[in-house]
Amino acid sequence: MLAAPRTGLVTPAMLFAFALFASLPLWIGAVGLYPYLGVEILIWALYALSFNLLLGYTGLPSFGHGAYFGIGAYAFGLAQLNLAANLWICLAAALAAAAVAGALVAAFISHRRGIYYALMTICFGQVLWFIAIKAHAVTGGEDGLLKIARLPADFGVAAFDLSGNTSLYYFVFAIFALLAMALWRLVHSPFGRILQAIKQNETRATFVGYNVWLYKFSAFTISAALSGLCGGLFAMAQASAYPDVMSLHYSGYVVMMTLVGGGFVSFWGPVVGAATFFLARDVIGALTTSWMLWFGLLFMLVVLFRPEGLAGLWQDLRAGRFRPRAAARAGLLAILKR
Amino acid sequence: MALFEAERLHMRFGHRVVLEDISLAVEEGELAGIMGPNGAGKTTCFNVLTGRYRPTRGRVTFAGEDITGLPPYAIARKGVARSFQLMNLFNDFTARENAAVALPAMRARGFDMARDAAADPALAGAADAVLERVGLGGKGHVVAKNLSYGDRRALEIGVALAAVPRVLFLDEPTSGLGAEATARLAGLVKSLKGSVTMVIIEHDMAFLFGLADRISVIHWGQVIARGAPAELRENPWVRASNLGKLT
Repeated sequence: MLAAPRTGLVTPAMLFAFALFASLPLWIGAVGLYPYLGVEILIWALYALSFNLLLGYTGLPSFGHGAYFGIGAYAFGLAQLNLAANLWICLAAALAAAAVAGALVAAFISHRRGIYYALMTICFGQVLWFIAIKAHAVTGGEDGLLKIARLPADFGVAAFDLSGNTSLYYFVFAIFALLAMALWRLVHSPFGRILQAIKQNETRATFVGYNVWLYKFSAFTISAALSGLCGGLFAMAQASAYPDVMSLHYSGYVVMMTLVGGGFVSFWGPVVGAATFFLARDVIGALTTSWMLWFGLLFMLVVLFRPEGLAGLWQDLRAGRFRPRAAARAGLLAILKR
Repeated sequence: MALFEAERLHMRFGHRVVLEDISLAVEEGELAGIMGPNGAGKTTCFNVLTGRYRPTRGRVTFAGEDITGLPPYAIARKGVARSFQLMNLFNDFTARENAAVALPAMRARGFDMARDAAADPALAGAADAVLERVGLGGKGHVVAKNLSYGDRRALEIGVALAAVPRVLFLDEPTSGLGAEATARLAGLVKSLKGSVTMVIIEHDMAFLFGLADRISVIHWGQVIARGAPAELRENPWVRASNLGKLT
């Protein structure tokens, strides 16, 4: 992950990803798919990138991350219905609410690592999911918050209507591009490097003078906040917010996307994973209702035999390596066993 | 006044007393040795001194300041660095990145989320200077886990040195090393002597007797003897452990 002596603000892989996504509405119809799929992929790709700041870069397994995505979705809806029907205010509310929830949970778990960390993130995720279901008056319970509008993007000089799927797609793409660049910058900054140091050796990081707790706390809060922003976008895309996205199995989806894509060896791995996930849902899903069985099988194969994921496979093929690398270097199992 | 002082340290895990009553004083610039049989409490002593454990009783002072019970990172920031008996490196980082993470300059910008760490010439330059000092010049680009065992030991000291410590604790730096690598490491420690205060735990008595200004012998959680290497040769425990043959 730290190969280049100097890290560009923009890289060829980034330009390729941006070009692919920027042109997506032009060709997605031609391949038999539809623009709304692009919206879903981008939102979840950004969510997976935010998640991977924790899992891939800091080595913290968070298995209840859906909670922050969901809180962002509810905050977006509640701000719109009760506060102000302004896109920027609603997105800020989504970001802030998830940041606060993330910070609160992080305060309780940041002294842990490995399997105990994972278990505590599941516990808090379940608590928040349960609250979302039971707090009928606020969240609408299992029905969720309905009638969330796709608010126009008002830039003062010009306002853009986002009610159509293509215009919403471009809006989500702009946010994705900005935040992906910011995250790219962050993981190569001193802060990002210290997170990676903590992933490799928490004890060593402590004894060279880093307050490891504070770094883990910060990483979790940032990751939760960005996940919340994605939740806000998703509420807008779906025109509703519902508790499903906070459940354990939705939290599992983002883990699967990140691992299948190869978040341990590549910054862009989670994006590949999110795209693979939705393509599997639509393409395999068109053939059989049990598409998740096949995707789940792929996930298990990756965890067991190719912890570097699809991005790792691609790197290996390009480098002419056909045998899997010594897998212990990364991998979910290695992180959990600490 | 001594630079680093431990007064009457007592450490208990449950019913097991590991440190009974340990007092140590390390003067600025000296190389202090700690020796003793397995299980004597040497490493526990280090862990208490560097903040990993809080002592049950007793006081640790550094540069006149009471640091007892401070968290390890706070003690490290005051200028106390350490290495570990079991290898403790950032294995996926290169040697240069290992050293760079420990630099005070890196610590100062730890929450900088926008600048490119790799493009900062101050960091790379200072990291390379440290690698040069521990004999790893030219190996800065090698990933730590691919270094030889001896080089990893040297890098371990390099990471500790990169923090620009006032006192450096080394926990069995020669453990697992062959004769040649041990000699190389002795050369390294000798070259550092005087420029940084050091405290070394060591099993290899020839190594310690050749380098230390003063040695404390720990047994049963107590300091049973202390003095210059020459004085200690007369000590019954040291004699019993066959040191005479080594020197």
